[in-house]
Amino acid sequence: MIAIIDYGAGNLKSIHKAVEKSGGSAVITSDRETVESASAVILPGVGAFETAIINLKPFSDYLIKTDVPVLGICLGMQLFADESEEGGLHRGLGVIEGRVVRFPEWVGKIPHMGWNAVKTAADHPLFNGIKEGYFYFVHSYYFKTDERNIIGTTEYGIEFASAVARDNFMGVQFHPEKSGRNGLRVLENFLEMI
Amino acid sequence: MLTKRIIPCLDVTLDDRGASVVKGVEFVNLRKAGDPVELAKRYDEEGADELVFLDITASAHGRETMVDVVERTAEEVFIPLTVGGGIRSVDDINVMLNAGADKVSINTSAVKNPELVREAARIFGSQCIVVAIDCRRNFEIDRGSHIVELENGEKAWYEVVIYGGRKPTGLDAVEWAKRVEELGAGEILLTSMNRDGTKIGYDIPITRKISGETNIPVIASGGAGTMEHFYEAFTDGRADAALAASIFHFREIGIEDLKKYLRKKGIPVRI
Repeated sequence: MIAIIDYGAGNLKSIHKAVEKSGGSAVITSDRETVESASAVILPGVGAFETAIINLKPFSDYLIKTDVPVLGICLGMQLFADESEEGGLHRGLGVIEGRVVRFPEWVGKIPHMGWNAVKTAADHPLFNGIKEGYFYFVHSYYFKTDERNIIGTTEYGIEFASAVARDNFMGVQFHPEKSGRNGLRVLENFLEMI
Repeated sequence: MLTKRIIPCLDVTLDDRGASVVKGVEFVNLRKAGDPVELAKRYDEEGADELVFLDITASAHGRETMVDVVERTAEEVFIPLTVGGGIRSVDDINVMLNAGADKVSINTSAVKNPELVREAARIFGSQCIVVAIDCRRNFEIDRGSHIVELENGEKAWYEVVIYGGRKPTGLDAVEWAKRVEELGAGEILLTSMNRDGTKIGYDIPITRKISGETNIPVIASGGAGTMEHFYEAFTDGRADAALAASIFHFREIGIEDLKKYLRKKGIPVRI
């Protein structure tokens, strides 16, 4: 059973349905015990960094020490960082070193919204069967991290990390639950790791 | 590189039995062909980048069936869904997002109550608030604040119209577009009534003007008849996305063929 953590960060129905479509079983939960007993965790997220990290507090000490596979999506991935510049400087979970920063204005329209290509940067199992593919993005900030944590990159004026991984933590900046067949494939790959 | 989006629009209405059907398609021999969910699945398979559902009944019953359509679509289609038509309040938005929509499109209600846009963006985030702007050319140029040069060199301003184009508002469309961006809209769905249903091409002058004057994505709508029209919307019109309805429903243009054509012409698209 996969726990999709509900900490008040947006509608979780589509990610739940997408996991089920990919052949997994998942529960949307805000109960700490349920999260601790799950064989994998999905950390979704829409909204602002500061509110999210505050609302995530009841789960953060568990998330930091767990060794089950954890998939962060969009803001959920950004929460893995040491810190974020969104709305002032705020501390993240610190499970993948790096800082979340805003796109420079010159790249174009912000948020970066729509379908963009992800080039897989390492041979990571999350991208099994996908060498290069399109995924759906909506974000204004991106994860700046060391190259060794990057498993996928995307180009939007600059080249940024659209997927990161460190040990059991995996994060994608795009929305797999809105990225058609490729998105479902990423979720299937994640299920394979459980 | 961020790709240009192709968006089929499904105008959803009710048939004589009260079932939801896509306008225009209900008369095609098989009733199933008019089922919005079936059509949504087909477009997803063909490579549509997003889908827009418009409730054209604008009735309470229409909205209920729309919730059902969105719920059933969200079970099987994993691309962004936008719902519009009769969205009047934060509650209406909440119902649609909970049903599985990713964005809602607000049209007449935004004009009548601009604070709705601000409030909705604050509560749900700009990324899910689309403001639909319907406009029509007005040649009394002393009344408009942004004069646009048309294809033939004539000058006009574009007036915002509401209630499906029936009521002019006196509002300048360029001014209104800038205003909704300030209010927190995440995207503009721009329909020119001069082109809607004509198949002679998108209204390039106003699409280009609003794309240039705002910093949020603009979806061109109304007038697509050929593949070249899409190309024009993305190049001369500087649109981020292009929407069409019947030409996709009746397979006059296939989405796969359209994307291949656009890629060949150098437009970045998702294939």
